[in-house]
Amino acid sequence: MSHAVVQLPPEQIAPLARLYDEAVAARRRHTYIVAAVILVGIVLSCWGGEVRPAVFAANAHRLGLYFWNILPVLRWETLGADLAEWYWNLDGWLKLLFETVVIAYLGTVFGAIGAFCLCFLASANMMRNTLVRVSARRLLEFLRTVPEIVFALLFVVAFGLGAMPGVLALAIHTMGALGKLFAEVVENIDMKPVDGATAAGASWTQTVRFAVLPQVLSNFASYGLLRFEINVREAAIMGFVGAGGIGQDLVEAIRKFYYSDVSAILLLIIATVMIIDMVTERIRHALIGMDQSR
Amino acid sequence: MNRARLTPSPQDRARLLALHPALALSVRGGHFIALAVLFALAAFAVFGMWYLDFSARRLGTGIAQLFHFVTLMLPPDPGRQLPLYMHALGETLSIAFLGTLAGGLLALPFGFLAAKNVVSNPVLHFGVRRFLDMLRGIDKLIWALIYVTVVGLGPFAGILAIATASVGELGKLFSEAVEASDRKPGEGIVSCGGSKPDTVRFGLLPQVLPVLASQMLYYFESNSRQSTIVGIVGAGGLGLHLAEQIRILEWQKVSFLVLMMLLMVAVIDFISSRLRFAIIGRRPVAF
Repeated sequence: MSHAVVQLPPEQIAPLARLYDEAVAARRRHTYIVAAVILVGIVLSCWGGEVRPAVFAANAHRLGLYFWNILPVLRWETLGADLAEWYWNLDGWLKLLFETVVIAYLGTVFGAIGAFCLCFLASANMMRNTLVRVSARRLLEFLRTVPEIVFALLFVVAFGLGAMPGVLALAIHTMGALGKLFAEVVENIDMKPVDGATAAGASWTQTVRFAVLPQVLSNFASYGLLRFEINVREAAIMGFVGAGGIGQDLVEAIRKFYYSDVSAILLLIIATVMIIDMVTERIRHALIGMDQSR
Repeated sequence: MNRARLTPSPQDRARLLALHPALALSVRGGHFIALAVLFALAAFAVFGMWYLDFSARRLGTGIAQLFHFVTLMLPPDPGRQLPLYMHALGETLSIAFLGTLAGGLLALPFGFLAAKNVVSNPVLHFGVRRFLDMLRGIDKLIWALIYVTVVGLGPFAGILAIATASVGELGKLFSEAVEASDRKPGEGIVSCGGSKPDTVRFGLLPQVLPVLASQMLYYFESNSRQSTIVGIVGAGGLGLHLAEQIRILEWQKVSFLVLMMLLMVAVIDFISSRLRFAIIGRRPVAF
Protein backbone atom coordinates (compact mmCIF):
# COMPACT_ATOMS: atom_id res chain seq x y z
CA MET A 1 0.00 0.00 0.00
CA SER A 2 1.39 3.32 -0.89
CA HIS A 3 0.48 6.78 0.25
CA ALA A 4 0.67 9.75 -2.02
CA VAL A 5 1.91 12.87 -0.24
CA VAL A 6 -0.52 15.64 -1.02
CA GLN A 7 1.30 18.61 -2.49
CA LEU A 8 -0.55 21.89 -2.34
CA PRO A 9 -0.15 24.19 -5.33
CA PRO A 10 2.52 26.85 -4.77
CA GLU A 11 0.07 29.75 -4.69
CA GLN A 12 -1.60 28.12 -1.66
CA ILE A 13 1.66 27.22 0.05
CA ALA A 14 3.23 30.65 -0.23
CA PRO A 15 0.92 32.52 2.20
CA LEU A 16 0.99 29.61 4.67
CA ALA A 17 4.78 29.50 4.58
CA ARG A 18 4.90 33.25 5.05
CA LEU A 19 2.62 33.01 8.13
CA TYR A 20 4.79 30.22 9.54
CA ASP A 21 7.95 32.28 9.03
CA GLU A 22 6.33 35.26 10.70
CA ALA A 23 5.26 33.20 13.71
CA VAL A 24 8.76 31.75 14.08
CA ALA A 25 10.33 35.20 13.71
CA ALA A 26 7.99 36.60 16.38
CA ARG A 27 9.02 33.82 18.78
CA ARG A 28 12.68 34.45 18.02
CA ARG A 29 12.25 38.17 18.69
CA HIS A 30 10.59 37.29 21.98
CA THR A 31 13.51 35.08 22.97
CA TYR A 32 16.05 37.75 22.02
CA ILE A 33 14.24 40.37 24.10
CA VAL A 34 14.12 38.09 27.15
CA ALA A 35 17.79 37.20 26.71
CA ALA A 36 18.70 40.89 26.42
CA VAL A 37 16.77 41.75 29.59
CA ILE A 38 18.48 38.94 31.49
CA LEU A 39 21.88 40.04 30.15
CA VAL A 40 21.30 43.63 31.27
CA GLY A 41 20.20 42.28 34.65
CA ILE A 42 23.37 40.22 34.94
CA VAL A 43 25.63 43.15 34.08
CA LEU A 44 23.83 45.50 36.49
CA SER A 45 23.88 42.99 39.33
CA CYS A 46 27.50 42.05 38.77
CA TRP A 47 28.28 45.73 39.15
CA GLY A 48 25.98 46.09 42.18
CA GLY A 49 27.04 42.84 43.80
CA GLU A 50 30.78 43.54 43.50
CA VAL A 51 31.39 40.38 41.51
CA ARG A 52 35.02 40.11 40.38
CA PRO A 53 35.39 37.00 38.23
CA ALA A 54 39.20 37.26 38.10
CA VAL A 55 39.54 37.34 41.88
CA PHE A 56 37.04 34.51 42.21
CA ALA A 57 38.80 32.36 39.62
CA ALA A 58 42.15 32.91 41.33
CA ASN A 59 40.77 31.88 44.72
CA ALA A 60 38.17 29.32 43.68
CA HIS A 61 40.34 26.44 44.90
CA ARG A 62 40.01 27.76 48.45
CA LEU A 63 36.30 27.03 48.28
CA GLY A 64 36.94 23.35 47.68
CA LEU A 65 39.74 23.41 50.25
CA TYR A 66 37.38 24.73 52.90
CA PHE A 67 34.87 21.96 52.35
CA TRP A 68 37.74 19.47 52.38
CA ASN A 69 38.98 20.93 55.66
CA ILE A 70 35.69 20.68 57.50
CA LEU A 71 35.60 16.93 56.86
CA PRO A 72 36.75 14.99 59.91
CA VAL A 73 39.89 12.84 59.99
CA LEU A 74 38.60 9.28 60.13
CA ARG A 75 41.03 6.37 59.94
CA TRP A 76 39.86 2.82 59.75
CA GLU A 77 42.26 1.52 62.45
CA THR A 78 41.18 4.11 65.04
CA LEU A 79 37.63 4.68 63.89
CA GLY A 80 36.08 4.70 67.37
CA ALA A 81 38.57 7.16 68.79
CA ASP A 82 38.33 9.39 65.70
CA LEU A 83 34.55 9.44 65.88
CA ALA A 84 34.71 10.27 69.58
CA GLU A 85 37.11 13.11 68.80
CA TRP A 86 34.89 14.41 65.98
CA TYR A 87 31.82 14.42 68.26
CA TRP A 88 33.75 15.41 71.40
CA ASN A 89 30.88 17.62 72.60
CA LEU A 90 27.98 15.36 71.63
CA ASP A 91 26.16 15.70 74.97
CA GLY A 92 26.29 19.50 74.86
CA TRP A 93 25.19 19.62 71.23
CA LEU A 94 22.32 17.21 71.78
CA LYS A 95 21.13 19.39 74.64
CA LEU A 96 21.28 22.46 72.40
CA LEU A 97 19.47 20.57 69.65
CA PHE A 98 16.72 19.67 72.10
CA GLU A 99 16.52 23.33 73.08
CA THR A 100 16.23 24.22 69.37
CA VAL A 101 13.36 21.79 68.90
CA VAL A 102 11.61 23.14 72.01
CA ILE A 103 11.99 26.70 70.68
CA ALA A 104 10.45 25.60 67.39
CA TYR A 105 7.64 23.79 69.22
CA LEU A 106 6.73 26.71 71.46
CA GLY A 107 6.98 29.15 68.56
CA THR A 108 4.62 26.97 66.53
CA VAL A 109 2.13 26.51 69.41
CA PHE A 110 1.94 30.20 70.34
CA GLY A 111 1.86 31.23 66.68
CA ALA A 112 -0.89 28.71 65.93
CA ILE A 113 -2.98 29.98 68.86
CA GLY A 114 -2.62 33.56 67.61
CA ALA A 115 -3.38 32.49 64.04
CA PHE A 116 -6.44 30.57 65.24
CA CYS A 117 -7.82 33.69 66.94
CA LEU A 118 -7.13 35.93 63.94
CA CYS A 119 -8.16 33.60 61.09
CA PHE A 120 -11.90 33.91 61.76
CA LEU A 121 -11.59 37.68 61.72
CA ALA A 122 -9.72 37.54 58.40
CA SER A 123 -12.05 35.18 56.51
CA ALA A 124 -14.79 36.66 54.37
CA ASN A 125 -17.53 34.18 55.28
CA MET A 126 -17.20 34.47 59.06
CA MET A 127 -16.58 38.21 59.37
CA ARG A 128 -18.99 40.50 57.58
CA ASN A 129 -17.39 43.70 58.85
CA THR A 130 -15.03 44.80 56.07
CA LEU A 131 -12.93 47.09 58.23
CA VAL A 132 -12.11 44.37 60.78
CA ARG A 133 -11.43 41.84 58.05
CA VAL A 134 -9.13 44.06 56.01
CA SER A 135 -7.16 45.21 59.04
CA ALA A 136 -6.75 41.61 60.26
CA ARG A 137 -5.46 40.64 56.82
CA ARG A 138 -3.01 43.53 56.65
CA LEU A 139 -1.73 42.64 60.11
CA LEU A 140 -1.14 39.02 59.10
CA GLU A 141 0.58 40.16 55.91
CA PHE A 142 2.94 42.42 57.85
CA LEU A 143 3.74 39.67 60.36
CA ARG A 144 4.71 37.17 57.70
CA THR A 145 6.63 39.51 55.39
CA VAL A 146 9.16 40.63 58.01
CA PRO A 147 11.65 37.76 58.34
CA GLU A 148 11.85 35.88 61.67
CA ILE A 149 15.45 36.81 62.19
CA VAL A 150 14.63 40.53 62.05
CA PHE A 151 12.02 40.08 64.80
CA ALA A 152 14.61 38.05 66.71
CA LEU A 153 17.15 40.89 66.43
CA LEU A 154 14.58 43.33 67.81
CA PHE A 155 13.42 41.03 70.58
CA VAL A 156 16.94 40.23 71.72
CA VAL A 157 17.38 43.94 72.42
CA ALA A 158 14.01 44.19 74.19
CA PHE A 159 13.96 40.91 76.16
CA GLY A 160 17.66 40.20 76.56
CA LEU A 161 19.67 37.23 75.25
CA GLY A 162 18.23 33.73 75.53
CA ALA A 163 15.63 31.43 74.09
CA MET A 164 12.60 33.59 74.88
CA PRO A 165 13.13 36.19 72.12
CA GLY A 166 13.67 33.32 69.68
CA VAL A 167 10.36 31.73 70.64
CA LEU A 168 8.53 35.04 70.35
CA ALA A 169 10.08 35.85 66.98
CA LEU A 170 9.09 32.45 65.58
CA ALA A 171 5.60 32.80 67.11
CA ILE A 172 5.02 36.21 65.52
CA HIS A 173 6.09 35.06 62.06
CA THR A 174 4.17 31.78 62.41
CA MET A 175 1.08 33.74 63.34
CA GLY A 176 1.25 35.66 60.07
CA ALA A 177 1.99 32.63 57.91
CA LEU A 178 -0.52 30.26 59.53
CA GLY A 179 -3.18 32.95 59.90
CA LYS A 180 -3.34 33.36 56.14
CA LEU A 181 -3.52 29.61 55.50
CA PHE A 182 -6.12 29.10 58.26
CA ALA A 183 -8.26 31.91 56.87
CA GLU A 184 -8.16 30.28 53.42
CA VAL A 185 -9.27 26.97 54.94
CA VAL A 186 -12.14 28.68 56.75
CA GLU A 187 -13.21 30.43 53.56
CA ASN A 188 -13.44 27.09 51.76
CA ILE A 189 -15.76 25.35 54.23
CA ASP A 190 -19.23 24.06 53.48
CA MET A 191 -21.59 26.80 54.71
CA LYS A 192 -24.60 24.53 55.29
CA PRO A 193 -23.69 23.54 58.88
CA VAL A 194 -23.13 27.24 59.63
CA ASP A 195 -26.60 28.06 58.28
CA GLY A 196 -28.06 25.22 60.31
CA ALA A 197 -26.41 26.39 63.53
CA THR A 198 -27.54 29.96 62.91
CA ALA A 199 -31.10 28.78 62.19
CA ALA A 200 -31.09 26.86 65.50
CA GLY A 201 -30.19 30.10 67.28
CA ALA A 202 -26.50 29.52 67.96
CA SER A 203 -24.31 32.43 68.92
CA TRP A 204 -21.19 33.31 66.90
CA THR A 205 -18.87 31.32 69.16
CA GLN A 206 -21.27 28.35 69.15
CA THR A 207 -21.38 28.47 65.36
CA VAL A 208 -17.59 28.41 65.21
CA ARG A 209 -17.38 25.56 67.72
CA PHE A 210 -20.05 23.25 66.26
CA ALA A 211 -20.26 24.19 62.58
CA VAL A 212 -16.80 25.41 61.55
CA LEU A 213 -14.27 23.65 63.78
CA PRO A 214 -15.20 20.05 62.87
CA GLN A 215 -14.64 20.92 59.22
CA VAL A 216 -11.32 22.72 59.55
CA LEU A 217 -9.51 21.09 62.47
CA SER A 218 -7.63 18.40 60.55
CA ASN A 219 -6.46 20.93 57.97
CA PHE A 220 -5.35 23.28 60.73
CA ALA A 221 -3.36 20.49 62.39
CA SER A 222 -1.75 19.53 59.10
CA TYR A 223 -0.68 23.12 58.35
CA GLY A 224 0.56 23.49 61.93
CA LEU A 225 2.77 20.43 61.55
CA LEU A 226 4.12 21.70 58.25
CA ARG A 227 4.99 24.98 59.95
CA PHE A 228 6.69 23.08 62.78
CA GLU A 229 9.06 21.52 60.22
CA ILE A 230 9.92 24.97 58.86
CA ASN A 231 10.32 26.40 62.35
CA VAL A 232 12.86 23.74 63.33
CA ARG A 233 15.08 24.94 60.49
CA GLU A 234 14.53 28.55 61.49
CA ALA A 235 15.16 27.85 65.17
CA ALA A 236 18.55 26.43 64.24
CA ILE A 237 19.65 29.88 63.03
CA MET A 238 18.12 31.91 65.86
CA GLY A 239 21.37 31.49 67.78
CA PHE A 240 23.11 33.63 65.12
CA VAL A 241 21.64 36.72 66.76
CA GLY A 242 21.76 35.39 70.31
CA ALA A 243 18.22 34.02 70.48
CA GLY A 244 19.02 30.53 71.76
CA GLY A 245 19.47 27.09 70.25
CA ILE A 246 22.34 25.40 68.46
CA GLY A 247 23.01 28.38 66.18
CA GLN A 248 25.24 29.97 68.79
CA ASP A 249 27.71 27.06 68.76
CA LEU A 250 27.57 26.86 64.97
CA VAL A 251 28.46 30.54 64.59
CA GLU A 252 31.36 30.13 66.96
CA ALA A 253 32.65 27.04 65.17
CA ILE A 254 32.48 28.74 61.75
CA ARG A 255 33.94 32.08 62.86
CA LYS A 256 36.80 30.52 64.82
CA PHE A 257 37.60 27.92 62.15
CA TYR A 258 36.95 24.86 64.34
CA TYR A 259 36.76 22.90 61.12
CA SER A 260 35.56 19.48 62.22
CA ASP A 261 33.04 21.01 64.64
CA VAL A 262 31.33 22.74 61.70
CA SER A 263 30.67 19.47 59.90
CA ALA A 264 29.67 17.73 63.13
CA ILE A 265 27.05 20.36 64.04
CA LEU A 266 25.79 20.67 60.46
CA LEU A 267 25.29 16.90 60.23
CA LEU A 268 23.42 16.91 63.54
CA ILE A 269 21.13 19.70 62.33
CA ILE A 270 20.46 17.95 59.01
CA ALA A 271 19.72 14.66 60.79
CA THR A 272 17.32 16.34 63.23
CA VAL A 273 15.49 18.15 60.45
CA MET A 274 15.19 14.94 58.42
CA ILE A 275 13.85 12.92 61.37
CA ILE A 276 11.29 15.59 62.22
CA ASP A 277 10.26 15.87 58.56
CA MET A 278 9.68 12.13 58.41
CA VAL A 279 7.67 11.97 61.65
CA THR A 280 5.46 14.95 60.81
CA GLU A 281 4.90 13.64 57.29
CA ARG A 282 3.59 10.36 58.76
CA ILE A 283 1.23 12.25 61.07
CA ARG A 284 0.06 14.53 58.26
CA HIS A 285 -0.73 11.59 56.00
CA ALA A 286 -2.66 9.98 58.87
CA LEU A 287 -4.60 13.23 59.33
CA ILE A 288 -5.40 13.47 55.64
CA GLY A 289 -6.52 9.82 55.67
CA MET A 290 -8.76 10.52 58.66
CA ASP A 291 -10.24 13.49 56.82
CA GLN A 292 -11.07 11.43 53.74
CA SER A 293 -12.55 8.48 55.60
CA ARG A 294 -14.98 10.72 57.46
CA MET B 1 -38.89 34.64 72.48
CA ASN B 2 -36.52 31.86 73.41
CA ARG B 3 -34.52 30.91 70.34
CA ALA B 4 -31.61 29.04 71.90
CA ARG B 5 -32.37 25.37 72.41
CA LEU B 6 -29.12 23.75 71.39
CA THR B 7 -29.03 21.57 74.54
CA PRO B 8 -31.77 18.91 74.47
CA SER B 9 -33.66 18.01 77.63
CA PRO B 10 -32.38 14.91 79.56
CA GLN B 11 -35.29 12.79 78.32
CA ASP B 12 -34.65 13.74 74.70
CA ARG B 13 -31.01 13.06 75.17
CA ALA B 14 -31.60 9.60 76.64
CA ARG B 15 -33.99 8.76 73.81
CA LEU B 16 -31.50 9.89 71.15
CA LEU B 17 -28.72 7.91 72.81
CA ALA B 18 -30.91 4.80 72.84
CA LEU B 19 -31.72 5.31 69.15
CA HIS B 20 -28.15 5.88 67.95
CA PRO B 21 -25.74 4.22 70.38
CA ALA B 22 -22.94 3.75 67.82
CA LEU B 23 -22.91 7.42 66.87
CA ALA B 24 -22.77 8.59 70.47
CA LEU B 25 -19.97 6.21 71.35
CA SER B 26 -17.79 7.26 68.43
CA VAL B 27 -18.21 10.91 69.33
CA ARG B 28 -17.22 10.24 72.93
CA GLY B 29 -14.20 8.19 71.89
CA GLY B 30 -13.09 10.96 69.54
CA HIS B 31 -13.49 13.48 72.30
CA PHE B 32 -11.36 11.47 74.65
CA ILE B 33 -8.51 11.12 72.14
CA ALA B 34 -8.72 14.79 71.18
CA LEU B 35 -8.61 15.84 74.83
CA ALA B 36 -5.67 13.54 75.52
CA VAL B 37 -3.71 14.92 72.55
CA LEU B 38 -4.54 18.48 73.55
CA PHE B 39 -3.44 17.79 77.11
CA ALA B 40 -0.16 16.24 75.95
CA LEU B 41 0.54 19.23 73.67
CA ALA B 42 -0.20 21.69 76.47
CA ALA B 43 1.90 19.73 78.97
CA PHE B 44 4.88 19.75 76.61
CA ALA B 45 4.39 23.49 76.04
CA VAL B 46 4.44 24.12 79.80
CA PHE B 47 7.51 21.93 80.17
CA GLY B 48 9.14 23.86 77.30
CA MET B 49 8.47 27.20 78.94
CA TRP B 50 9.99 25.92 82.16
CA TYR B 51 12.95 24.43 80.28
CA LEU B 52 13.67 27.67 78.43
CA ASP B 53 13.42 29.83 81.57
CA PHE B 54 10.34 31.82 80.64
CA SER B 55 9.49 34.41 83.24
CA ALA B 56 6.48 36.67 83.38
CA ARG B 57 8.58 39.52 84.71
CA ARG B 58 10.98 39.39 81.77
CA LEU B 59 8.05 39.14 79.38
CA GLY B 60 6.40 42.20 80.96
CA THR B 61 9.48 44.40 80.92
CA GLY B 62 10.30 43.22 77.40
CA ILE B 63 6.87 44.13 76.07
CA ALA B 64 7.05 47.53 77.75
CA GLN B 65 10.45 48.03 76.15
CA LEU B 66 9.06 47.03 72.74
CA PHE B 67 6.28 49.60 72.98
CA HIS B 68 8.85 52.20 73.92
CA PHE B 69 10.91 51.25 70.84
CA VAL B 70 7.84 51.48 68.60
CA THR B 71 7.15 55.03 69.79
CA LEU B 72 10.80 55.86 69.05
CA MET B 73 10.51 54.34 65.56
CA LEU B 74 7.98 56.91 64.37
CA PRO B 75 8.38 58.57 62.00
CA PRO B 76 10.75 56.44 59.88
CA ASP B 77 13.73 58.53 58.93
CA PRO B 78 16.93 57.49 57.14
CA GLY B 79 18.87 60.53 58.39
CA ARG B 80 21.76 61.25 56.04
CA GLN B 81 22.22 57.62 55.11
CA LEU B 82 19.72 57.46 52.24
CA PRO B 83 22.33 57.06 49.45
CA LEU B 84 24.03 54.33 51.45
CA TYR B 85 20.74 52.50 51.94
CA MET B 86 19.85 52.80 48.26
CA HIS B 87 23.20 51.23 47.43
CA ALA B 88 22.44 48.42 49.90
CA LEU B 89 19.07 47.94 48.22
CA GLY B 90 20.87 47.54 44.89
CA GLU B 91 23.17 44.99 46.51
CA THR B 92 20.20 43.07 47.86
CA LEU B 93 18.57 42.95 44.43
CA SER B 94 21.84 41.85 42.84
CA ILE B 95 22.21 39.05 45.39
CA ALA B 96 18.69 37.80 44.74
CA PHE B 97 18.98 38.03 40.95
CA LEU B 98 22.43 36.55 40.47
CA GLY B 99 21.90 33.97 43.21
CA THR B 100 18.69 32.69 41.65
CA LEU B 101 20.11 32.75 38.12
CA ALA B 102 23.34 30.96 39.03
CA GLY B 103 21.42 28.50 41.21
CA GLY B 104 18.96 27.80 38.41
CA LEU B 105 21.67 27.25 35.79
CA LEU B 106 23.63 24.94 38.08
CA ALA B 107 20.44 23.11 39.06
CA LEU B 108 19.62 22.31 35.41
CA PRO B 109 22.04 19.35 35.03
CA PHE B 110 21.10 18.10 38.51
CA GLY B 111 17.43 18.31 37.59
CA PHE B 112 18.02 15.97 34.64
CA LEU B 113 20.33 13.66 36.61
CA ALA B 114 17.80 13.31 39.43
CA ALA B 115 14.90 12.53 37.08
CA LYS B 116 13.99 8.84 36.85
CA ASN B 117 13.01 8.96 33.20
CA VAL B 118 16.35 10.45 32.09
CA VAL B 119 18.83 8.58 34.29
CA SER B 120 17.73 5.03 35.04
CA ASN B 121 20.77 4.12 37.18
CA PRO B 122 19.30 3.92 40.72
CA VAL B 123 22.63 4.52 42.50
CA LEU B 124 23.35 7.76 40.63
CA HIS B 125 19.73 8.82 41.01
CA PHE B 126 19.80 8.20 44.77
CA GLY B 127 23.17 9.94 45.19
CA VAL B 128 22.10 13.07 43.32
CA ARG B 129 18.83 13.24 45.28
CA ARG B 130 20.62 13.01 48.66
CA PHE B 131 23.17 15.61 47.54
CA LEU B 132 20.34 18.02 46.67
CA ASP B 133 18.67 17.24 50.01
CA MET B 134 21.87 18.18 51.80
CA LEU B 135 22.23 21.49 49.96
CA ARG B 136 18.60 22.27 50.76
CA GLY B 137 18.76 21.12 54.37
CA ILE B 138 21.28 23.77 55.36
CA ASP B 139 19.69 27.19 55.79
CA LYS B 140 20.72 30.09 53.53
CA LEU B 141 21.99 32.04 56.53
CA ILE B 142 24.33 29.17 57.45
CA TRP B 143 25.63 29.05 53.87
CA ALA B 144 26.12 32.81 54.01
CA LEU B 145 28.13 32.49 57.20
CA ILE B 146 30.29 29.77 55.69
CA TYR B 147 30.92 31.76 52.50
CA VAL B 148 31.76 34.88 54.49
CA THR B 149 34.61 32.98 56.11
CA VAL B 150 35.71 31.63 52.72
CA VAL B 151 35.41 34.61 50.32
CA GLY B 152 35.28 37.46 52.84
CA LEU B 153 32.64 40.01 53.80
CA GLY B 154 30.46 41.52 51.06
CA PRO B 155 27.59 40.74 48.71
CA PHE B 156 29.53 38.09 46.80
CA ALA B 157 29.26 35.73 49.76
CA GLY B 158 25.51 36.36 49.74
CA ILE B 159 25.27 35.51 46.04
CA LEU B 160 27.11 32.23 46.59
CA ALA B 161 24.92 31.37 49.59
CA ILE B 162 21.66 32.00 47.75
CA ALA B 163 22.96 30.13 44.70
CA THR B 164 24.04 27.07 46.70
CA ALA B 165 20.74 26.68 48.53
CA SER B 166 18.81 27.38 45.30
CA VAL B 167 20.62 24.54 43.52
CA GLY B 168 19.14 22.16 46.09
CA GLU B 169 15.65 23.59 45.94
CA LEU B 170 15.41 24.17 42.19
CA GLY B 171 17.18 20.90 41.35
CA LYS B 172 14.45 18.97 43.13
CA LEU B 173 11.65 20.97 41.49
CA PHE B 174 13.28 20.66 38.04
CA SER B 175 13.63 16.90 38.39
CA GLU B 176 9.95 16.65 39.29
CA ALA B 177 9.02 18.76 36.26
CA VAL B 178 11.12 16.53 34.01
CA GLU B 179 9.58 13.39 35.50
CA ALA B 180 6.08 14.76 34.98
CA SER B 181 6.71 15.50 31.30
CA ASP B 182 4.83 13.67 28.58
CA ARG B 183 6.79 10.99 26.68
CA LYS B 184 4.63 11.08 23.55
CA PRO B 185 6.30 14.08 21.80
CA GLY B 186 9.67 12.33 22.21
CA GLU B 187 8.24 9.11 20.75
CA GLY B 188 6.85 11.08 17.84
CA ILE B 189 10.27 12.55 17.13
CA VAL B 190 11.93 9.12 17.30
CA SER B 191 9.32 7.74 14.89
CA CYS B 192 10.19 10.53 12.43
CA GLY B 193 13.85 9.54 12.66
CA GLY B 194 15.04 12.00 15.31
CA SER B 195 18.13 11.28 17.39
CA LYS B 196 18.33 11.29 21.21
CA PRO B 197 19.47 14.95 21.42
CA ASP B 198 16.60 15.83 19.06
CA THR B 199 14.07 14.30 21.45
CA VAL B 200 15.49 16.36 24.32
CA ARG B 201 15.59 19.57 22.28
CA PHE B 202 12.21 19.29 20.54
CA GLY B 203 10.33 16.78 22.74
CA LEU B 204 11.36 17.58 26.31
CA LEU B 205 12.60 21.18 26.47
CA PRO B 206 9.46 22.86 25.06
CA GLN B 207 7.44 21.04 27.75
CA VAL B 208 9.61 21.77 30.76
CA LEU B 209 11.11 25.18 29.91
CA PRO B 210 8.01 27.27 30.83
CA VAL B 211 7.66 25.35 34.09
CA LEU B 212 11.33 25.84 34.93
CA ALA B 213 11.14 29.54 34.12
CA SER B 214 8.13 30.03 36.38
CA GLN B 215 9.81 28.10 39.19
CA MET B 216 12.88 30.30 38.88
CA LEU B 217 10.71 33.40 39.04
CA TYR B 218 9.00 32.04 42.14
CA TYR B 219 12.35 31.46 43.78
CA PHE B 220 13.44 34.94 42.77
CA GLU B 221 10.55 36.22 44.88
CA SER B 222 11.47 34.06 47.84
CA ASN B 223 15.19 34.75 47.48
CA SER B 224 14.60 38.49 47.46
CA ARG B 225 13.27 38.05 51.01
CA GLN B 226 16.23 35.90 51.98
CA SER B 227 18.74 38.27 50.46
CA THR B 228 17.56 41.06 52.76
CA ILE B 229 18.72 39.07 55.77
CA VAL B 230 21.98 37.45 54.66
CA GLY B 231 23.60 40.77 55.56
CA ILE B 232 23.05 39.97 59.23
CA VAL B 233 26.08 37.68 59.09
CA GLY B 234 28.02 40.14 56.90
CA ALA B 235 27.08 38.98 53.41
CA GLY B 236 26.01 42.39 52.06
CA GLY B 237 22.70 44.08 51.41
CA LEU B 238 20.12 45.73 53.63
CA GLY B 239 20.49 43.22 56.47
CA LEU B 240 23.96 44.49 57.31
CA HIS B 241 22.67 48.00 58.01
CA LEU B 242 19.58 46.70 59.75
CA ALA B 243 21.55 44.60 62.23
CA GLU B 244 23.93 47.51 62.82
CA GLN B 245 21.19 50.08 63.43
CA ILE B 246 19.34 47.75 65.81
CA ARG B 247 22.55 47.23 67.80
CA ILE B 248 23.16 50.96 68.17
CA LEU B 249 19.43 51.59 68.85
CA GLU B 250 18.81 54.01 65.96
CA TRP B 251 15.12 53.17 65.85
CA GLN B 252 14.01 55.64 63.18
CA LYS B 253 16.55 54.20 60.77
CA VAL B 254 15.49 50.68 61.71
CA SER B 255 11.87 51.35 60.83
CA PHE B 256 12.94 53.02 57.58
CA LEU B 257 15.00 49.98 56.60
CA VAL B 258 12.14 47.60 57.45
CA LEU B 259 9.81 49.73 55.30
CA MET B 260 12.30 49.58 52.43
CA MET B 261 12.40 45.79 52.73
CA LEU B 262 8.62 45.46 52.75
CA LEU B 263 8.27 47.78 49.76
CA MET B 264 10.94 45.97 47.76
CA VAL B 265 9.40 42.57 48.48
CA ALA B 266 5.93 43.82 47.53
CA VAL B 267 7.16 45.29 44.21
CA ILE B 268 9.10 42.15 43.29
CA ASP B 269 6.16 39.91 44.22
CA PHE B 270 3.88 41.97 42.02
CA ILE B 271 6.16 41.97 38.97
CA SER B 272 7.23 38.36 39.24
CA SER B 273 3.77 36.96 39.87
CA ARG B 274 2.54 38.86 36.78
CA LEU B 275 5.35 37.32 34.74
CA ARG B 276 4.60 33.87 36.15
CA PHE B 277 0.93 34.11 35.25
CA ALA B 278 1.93 35.21 31.75
CA ILE B 279 4.16 32.14 31.38
CA ILE B 280 2.10 29.30 32.85
CA GLY B 281 -1.26 30.81 33.77
CA ARG B 282 -2.80 31.05 37.22
CA ARG B 283 -1.68 27.86 38.81
CA PRO B 284 0.58 27.47 41.80
CA VAL B 285 4.21 26.40 41.49
CA ALA B 286 4.55 22.82 42.70
CA PHE B 287 5.67 22.32 46.26
